[in-house]
Amino acid sequence: MNSSELRDLKQKAIVIRRLTIDEIAHLGIGHIGGSVSIIEILTILYYRHLRNNPTNPKDTMRDKFVMSKGHAGPALYAVLADRGFFPQDMLHTLNQGGTNLPSHCDMNRTPGIDMTTGSLGQGLSAAVGIALGHRIQKLPGRVFGLIGDGDTNEGQTWEAAMSAAMFGLSNLIAFTDYNKMQIDGHIDDIMKTDHLADRWTSFGWYTQQVDGHDFEALDAAVLSAMEEKNRPSMIIADTIKGKGVSFCEGDFKNHNMPISAEQAKEAFAALKKEEEALV
Amino acid sequence: MNYVIDRPTAPEAAEMRGVYGELLSELATKDERIVVLDADLMRANGTFDFKDQFKDRWIDVGVAEANMVGIAAGLSTTGMIPFPATFTCFAARRTFDQFFISANYAKQNVKLTGTDPGVSAAFNGGTHMSFEDMGLMRTIPGIYICEPSDPVSLRKLMPQIAYRQGSSYLRLHRKAITPIYADSEDFELGKGKVITEGKDLTIIATGAIMVAEALTAAATLEGHGVNVTVVDMHTVKPIDEELVIDLARKTGAILTAENHQVRNGLGSAVAEVLTEHAPVYQTRIGIQDLFGEVGTQEYLQQRFGLTADNLVSEAQKLMAKKAKNPRPVGA
Repeated sequence: MNSSELRDLKQKAIVIRRLTIDEIAHLGIGHIGGSVSIIEILTILYYRHLRNNPTNPKDTMRDKFVMSKGHAGPALYAVLADRGFFPQDMLHTLNQGGTNLPSHCDMNRTPGIDMTTGSLGQGLSAAVGIALGHRIQKLPGRVFGLIGDGDTNEGQTWEAAMSAAMFGLSNLIAFTDYNKMQIDGHIDDIMKTDHLADRWTSFGWYTQQVDGHDFEALDAAVLSAMEEKNRPSMIIADTIKGKGVSFCEGDFKNHNMPISAEQAKEAFAALKKEEEALV
Repeated sequence: MNYVIDRPTAPEAAEMRGVYGELLSELATKDERIVVLDADLMRANGTFDFKDQFKDRWIDVGVAEANMVGIAAGLSTTGMIPFPATFTCFAARRTFDQFFISANYAKQNVKLTGTDPGVSAAFNGGTHMSFEDMGLMRTIPGIYICEPSDPVSLRKLMPQIAYRQGSSYLRLHRKAITPIYADSEDFELGKGKVITEGKDLTIIATGAIMVAEALTAAATLEGHGVNVTVVDMHTVKPIDEELVIDLARKTGAILTAENHQVRNGLGSAVAEVLTEHAPVYQTRIGIQDLFGEVGTQEYLQQRFGLTADNLVSEAQKLMAKKAKNPRPVGA
């Protein structure tokens, strides 16, 4: 990755963060913290690695993405709108009656969403199924998954982990958004996740742990995972819940919170400064 | 008894799981989209040999039913037609959220099969005895629920299940069952099968145990001068409303019979139709708000009243009510 590409990705992350905040602020409440913690992960995938086509979102040859933490839909919607899967003004319909952008990801409503998610723990199993379907049909599409660290509380996630390793699904690359916070507090005060990388390694996954807001580290991890031939890959991304949103960064109460117009304005001003510093 | 179906000339019992396994192999030979999953019960459910022919489309996930259904949903998004199977108790209770959200809410095409329904779980006892699986499944919007009564109807209904777009729940008796039907009989998913015609009473039964018991009961009742229509309601959802209404009007009394709780199973489905369209006397034979127990199937049928004798006795009470007042209040 050269410096210009890195700058473009950083610039894009600011755009996506701004769209995500605007989307939620327009509604007045939403899952802000866990949406913005994954923006660098989504950006590295949707602007560098994922092979898909906004004009043909159901292309059977495409790479797929399963957002197991379905409540982070707003961040993914911002990316999909920016990529042209649907018009950007649709973002202001989030959670309104009859919308095609529900709080949790819905493959039957939103162009570009590859799996319906929202009941935590189910996404990785679906991703395993998609990876198996691609292998059986000899489809070239890779399957990317994103689970929350709260997802790792769910037993089903570990059932899926065992099966992906058992089936040798090297076409499956998953991320953990390791922001270390869940609704009720710091993750280690609620349900410990220590030695998380060791856990995935011991389950038979090729596991890497990187700074989830560092594009160069994320890029290197994805490239390395794509080289893996025998095992599924887990990239544990150390992230900050609420990253880049000045009024709530690092506060566990940001899981689902009201956002006022003033707060949004404050966040946009901070992002503008960040953007100016890039030039 | 006035049969309106072709009966088999020399019926030989066949294991339903054997037929299920054969059918999957037949379907898979013709169609590369068919994929079979199980959770460490391939041998029990008749699909173990599938791997010899279709190694890539045979997926055993170990004892992890929730993951199995989630994987099936993922496979379905890629255009495959997955048939995951496990015992009914796990298929419904253990995987309900996965089947509800990843398969049904996501509008996928997952053909979930539950085996060993109700008292047929016998020696596996109360923990494995599902009297509630249809009840849970019936609350899922748009789902089809099918419980075939014999090897012939299973054979005819399975391809319809496979090629109907949408998720479904097949409630499958695993063990040997003597065919009720000749091979020439046809079945339509969503349409009840009228086996005998009679003017006094309709018995609507579902599944391999209760349809057979209903036919035995009908023969006994015939001897007592009660002329019975017997329906094999192999599809419990969507229920064949038209047929239920028609037979309620013709016979004025309905007895339902199921190897399941009477709450939210076949009896409830029929009662919903009758209450709204054609209120007549109804008695529901099935489990009366009880958990399962261990024992032989024969013992358990006696224990829970899933016998022809109980059907006869309840039918006679129903006939007495009807004789007293041929049309219930409000009918």
